[in-house]
Amino acid sequence: MAKKTTNSGLVSRRRLLTTVGAGAVLAASPFRINLLQAQEATIKIGFPVPLTGPYGTEAQDQVRAAEVAIAEFNEGGGLNGRKAELLVRDDKLNPGEAASRALELIEREKVNFIVGSLSAAVQLAVNNVTKERQIIFNSISQSDTINEASDFSKYTFHEALNPHMTAGAVGRYAFPKFGKKVAFLTADYAYGHEMVRGFQEAGKAFGVETLVDIRHPLGTTDFSALLPRIQALKPDILCISNFGRDQQIALKQATDFGMKKSMKIIVPIMLYTGRIAAGPQAFEGVVGGTSYYWGIEDKVASAKAFNDRFRKMHGGKVPSDYGALGYGGVKTLLMGAKAAGSLEADKVIAAVEALKYDYYKGPEYYRACDHQAVQSVLIIDSKANPQKGDADVFNVVEIEAPSDANLRTCAALGHKA
Amino acid sequence: MSGLSFDLIALQLFTGLALGAIYVLFAIGLSLIFGMLTVVNFAHGAFYMIGAYVGLFLLSLGGNFWLCLVAVPLIVGVSGMIVERFLIRPLYGRGIDYPLLLTFGLSYVMVELIRIAFGKSGYPFDTPDLLQGAINIGVGYFPLYRLFAIGAAVVVLLGLWLFLEKTSFGLIIRAGARDPQIVRVLGVDIGRVWLYVFGIGTAIAGLAGLLAAPLQGLIPEMGANILAEAFVVTVVGGMGSIGGAVIAGLLVGVVVSMTSLFAPEMAKVSIFALMAVVLLIRPQGFFGRAGLMS
Repeated sequence: MAKKTTNSGLVSRRRLLTTVGAGAVLAASPFRINLLQAQEATIKIGFPVPLTGPYGTEAQDQVRAAEVAIAEFNEGGGLNGRKAELLVRDDKLNPGEAASRALELIEREKVNFIVGSLSAAVQLAVNNVTKERQIIFNSISQSDTINEASDFSKYTFHEALNPHMTAGAVGRYAFPKFGKKVAFLTADYAYGHEMVRGFQEAGKAFGVETLVDIRHPLGTTDFSALLPRIQALKPDILCISNFGRDQQIALKQATDFGMKKSMKIIVPIMLYTGRIAAGPQAFEGVVGGTSYYWGIEDKVASAKAFNDRFRKMHGGKVPSDYGALGYGGVKTLLMGAKAAGSLEADKVIAAVEALKYDYYKGPEYYRACDHQAVQSVLIIDSKANPQKGDADVFNVVEIEAPSDANLRTCAALGHKA
Repeated sequence: MSGLSFDLIALQLFTGLALGAIYVLFAIGLSLIFGMLTVVNFAHGAFYMIGAYVGLFLLSLGGNFWLCLVAVPLIVGVSGMIVERFLIRPLYGRGIDYPLLLTFGLSYVMVELIRIAFGKSGYPFDTPDLLQGAINIGVGYFPLYRLFAIGAAVVVLLGLWLFLEKTSFGLIIRAGARDPQIVRVLGVDIGRVWLYVFGIGTAIAGLAGLLAAPLQGLIPEMGANILAEAFVVTVVGGMGSIGGAVIAGLLVGVVVSMTSLFAPEMAKVSIFALMAVVLLIRPQGFFGRAGLMS
């Protein structure tokens, strides 16, 4: 009797161990996420962006715009009643920090998607993590590398423009109009190098001649020593490929040196936030590209709707270019999930690939081979004086329509046909 | 390279001197404070930044740039004196690292206060109307405002030199730098002298910040960038030597500018290469007194 009791006690202990063990395995496996999702959990979107540091202004606007996409989705009934939620993290513009935040979002918060990053290097770091964990990632800043086969995975989407498209569009607009002799002033990192390559490739068709390509380190505060040489070379066009504060200071000092009198200054991306921060003087007459400018609302209905919603949620402000990407990046994944009727990665990927969308800037779609958003590029120049309030800073002088032809070919990127 | 003409080299040299003038103006206060007080002021960059923001604030109240040129050094100088009186003075006699660490921490506090008051993103600072545009200086076009900045630096340096060399208070300051004990024995309140010296040093830093604002705009971190370059200037010139800071500042400006012409990617490194070479040949810098750090 006593022996039997011991036996049954042993069996039950063994069963207990098995159950606990199975439970632990279950808790650690992706299967658990599905169980949780079945219980109508919210859809979580991780949003790592550089809230602090030199691109803080742009990143904060990305958060504001992403909140608009979340609000619209939830008001529209969500995914069969399941609401979405944004989990914002500061990646401090640092690839290592961004990778840890992304991993944390996936492991601890069990996010369904990740949208974010505001640097060529940081987005590749996040992409490495999401690729390995099989979480869909939509990048909202410029990079050519992320399209390439070596970095791409089916979980990778790129809602932002890439340097090849942006510099190409600006070059195709500027070279025939302003001349063929070009001097480059370039920030010495991936962004700058990719932009210059984009300009030079677009320039081949026009016989553009590169007089000089001067590289400056990130965070340069005085460009005066670089400018006399450019002036002496007498270029038709000075092409300044840098970002954020570097762009503001370079334009300001080039203006001070009177360079606009003898040459046209072009930039690949003319930042709305940068122009607001630097004032009209430095940017006056400069031509550049952008993915979005709020002023297209006169012509594009979806832009009007997006701007109005943004104004309503954020005290009458208009969204910036990079801000709007935060909206587009979140919106496309949520609409994909809605179309798929599921959060299962493969189904969402197929649905997002099939989207032909116009959420805020006119028609867009993701190219199948590299998930690059094929979209318009706006060519803008900066007004001397805002007439309709402080936000009225740019003229849209041309819109390059979305076209596969403006992207590098899938074969060139290393994707198999 | 093509297009290398006499005019270009002359213009490049001049650009270097203009850059150097701003380095000198910033480094001179650092050098003055170190030479007299043996305080390595790591908050110097923060006072420079405060100068620019005080200027912005005064302009927003309806002041003009010319008024700022007087008011900013006064306000920043007084705040410097408050810092010396209540934070640095208790640390005298405890070795060089105490005030160094204090000012290092203080610089973070000051930057954070400005971030709270004015926000993290930058502000534009328009060049005053009278000084806009570029004029032909014979070898090419040069911004009028940079010429003005050179002029302002010369005026400040002349004033400082006259003050130190030709007034009796200047005499006390120089004596105090040589031997504070004897000066104290002679009945001079050396604490008061140090208070004014710190005030003058920070006032010049504030003025340098105001002068730099129209060149590069404002951000709370603007002082951190120039601080590294200013330390190179003071080390090359000799810690504590005002004349050394002037010559080294101009030299650093010219070295940066000429390197930018031939190998722009080396421009930033060239400053530190210059420092390494000078330290190898003359460890105390051009005009430094040996043993001041010990």
